[in-house]
Amino acid sequence: MTAPHHQYWNPYLAGILAGLVLTCSVWATGKFFGTSTTFVRSAGMIEKAYSPERVAALDYFKKEKPIVDWQWMFVVGIFFGASLAAKLSGTYKLELVPERWRDRFGQHIGKRGAVAFVGGVIAMIGARLADGCPSGHGLSGGAQLSVGSFIALICFFIGGIITVRILYKGGNAP
Amino acid sequence: MKELLYGFITGILFGFLLQRAQVLRYDKQIGALRFDDMTIVKFMLSAVITGMVGIYILKDLGIASLSLKPTILGAVIPGGLIFGIGWGLLGYCPGTAIGAVAEGRIDGLWGVLGMLVGAAIFAEVYPLLKKTLLTVGDFGKITLPQVLGINHWFIIPLFIVGAVLLFRWLEHKRL
Repeated sequence: MTAPHHQYWNPYLAGILAGLVLTCSVWATGKFFGTSTTFVRSAGMIEKAYSPERVAALDYFKKEKPIVDWQWMFVVGIFFGASLAAKLSGTYKLELVPERWRDRFGQHIGKRGAVAFVGGVIAMIGARLADGCPSGHGLSGGAQLSVGSFIALICFFIGGIITVRILYKGGNAP
Repeated sequence: MKELLYGFITGILFGFLLQRAQVLRYDKQIGALRFDDMTIVKFMLSAVITGMVGIYILKDLGIASLSLKPTILGAVIPGGLIFGIGWGLLGYCPGTAIGAVAEGRIDGLWGVLGMLVGAAIFAEVYPLLKKTLLTVGDFGKITLPQVLGINHWFIIPLFIVGAVLLFRWLEHKRL
């Protein structure tokens, strides 16, 4: 069983607070939320350890240099913030396979791991092509009324809805 | 250095809120894509609307400026659809995958590793994309008020009303 509902916050309230945090960030540093560029920088850092020549030769790592910047620290912060919230509220829970996945595809860790990994590869390629993910396009772009961000957000959902529809075809119940 | 510290603190606050709103959960993300649990939509839309009001107030006061990504249809549409496929398989987006690991959902880690590999692959194919998809349908940095030719304060209230009506309907349907 998952934790009782009252341990969590109302999603509207948490969302409004997140919008205020975004506003304060823009006010204080001019920085908008985003996360996917950090994966490029991190991939560059890892690759650099093995093949610095390759990283130096690639245009994309010149555009998004493998360095620690505001967003990189923001992403690290997300980890610590989520960890803190989970620990303080007693909702930290070690889980290898999510409930919904388990009901449909079983307890097998490797199966879930493989699909999650492939999903991650595909999601990041898409996010970099679209130049943003749900935080960069959805949240920051949407809040700025950016046309491209609304289009991206709609496409995120179309792709996701179709995929999940195929994945969960035939029902969720075991 | 100060900028990095601000980034870290902002991330902590955002991560804290994501966890408290139950956004860092595969079941909730899939719930939104299957239309049976709209928690993440409630969170996200509330954040967007609030941020919209805040950011445009700051902009009008001359305190902050917008930071827009160009609207390139050839990149945003296929990129968005590809992202969606990956999102549906993984059940987390980049930020929530990191947060999910932090609250003990280890399957997010596979996603994070996959995303690092995806980023490295993208860096390899970028030169090709730069010459092809990234040049198709480039409208530059455009906003909805700009395209419609009306002041943003006519559009923002419409978004607020639309969101509130949607929220009321979601609550009515218990989604």
